[in-house]
Amino acid sequence: MLFQLFGAFFRIGLFTFGGGYSMLPMLEAEVVKKHAWATTDELLDYFALGQCMPGLIAANVAVLIGYRQKKLKGAFFSMLGVVLPSLIIITLIAAALKNFAHLPLVQHAFRGIRAAVAALIFGAFIKLFKANVLSALKPAQGKIEKGIKRHLQLFLPPALCLCAFILITFSPISPVYIVLGAAFLGLFFLRGCEI
Amino acid sequence: MSDILLLCWEFFKIGLFAIGGGMATIPFLAKVAQSHPEWYTLEMLADMVAVSESTPGPIGVNMATYAGFLVGGVLGAVLATLALVLPSFILASLVASGLSRYKENSHVLSAFNGIRPAVTGLIGAAFYAVFKIAVFPDGALNILSLALFFLVLLVSMLKKTQKLHVALYIALAALMGIALKL
Repeated sequence: MLFQLFGAFFRIGLFTFGGGYSMLPMLEAEVVKKHAWATTDELLDYFALGQCMPGLIAANVAVLIGYRQKKLKGAFFSMLGVVLPSLIIITLIAAALKNFAHLPLVQHAFRGIRAAVAALIFGAFIKLFKANVLSALKPAQGKIEKGIKRHLQLFLPPALCLCAFILITFSPISPVYIVLGAAFLGLFFLRGCEI
Repeated sequence: MSDILLLCWEFFKIGLFAIGGGMATIPFLAKVAQSHPEWYTLEMLADMVAVSESTPGPIGVNMATYAGFLVGGVLGAVLATLALVLPSFILASLVASGLSRYKENSHVLSAFNGIRPAVTGLIGAAFYAVFKIAVFPDGALNILSLALFFLVLLVSMLKKTQKLHVALYIALAALMGIALKL
């Protein structure tokens, strides 16, 4: 059983490109169809839970499912399975690149790649901005608060986004404190609003 | 050795606070690059993102393995990766054992209402840091890099290209970089 958990999550790690939602089809194939460790609905619950907890989504989901099957041992082997493909593949690539990094050809290639990476991160930022900041500006579904609370719900999310950007760009403060501060502000001022 | 212990501590913090997927680890890794320039530079971080996006495995894990390897070789790679997932192991086990009905907890939901916009801002800042080193490579504006940036941005936002894999963009950008001698 432990070996099955390890093997299933090893394959999930190996065939997940990117992260986040891209691992769902592979999770469903292994966890629901092949091993019946959970139903599709349960899997989606684990996934949603893994997204809104501290920690990497892939590791969270592996631990949640592994623990449900075989307690701490199951959690450990699932987690090991999901990180092992990365460990092997990336170590090999990083070691190879180290030997070729000084070649002019490789340097030109990486200067091109960096421009593409900047564009891809910008794309991710735009997606998150729409989902987490712009959506807060629309009236929430369900009950709409009045007065000061409504104003906080409208303006606090964009303000948090802007403050996080400015603080991280222009001060040496660690992102850890920004996440903690935002969590506290959310706890006190963004209670019960659907963003 | 103390470098590797420090590295583990940094990655444990990243595992605990980088909430919302692999991209969320970038602002943390960028801060580490600034406070420990002897470990890796912002340029190397951009290369790490490219490799992590276009190889198998979750991005966050790939990034940790790569950064760990740069700092401490194979041992560094293994320890950084384990340190990164240790918070998941502890917290997700607690949640799975049913100590708290985490998801329905209204405190958790309201905290995340604050965390999500802040993480968006953090990723915006990570973009700005990478954009600067990509488009101002030697401290001066490189028009060709800027053009390549806009080209990739425009193409990747088209409806028809949504199903294309990120690795394709990275491979094409590498070829463009070689062809243009960036």
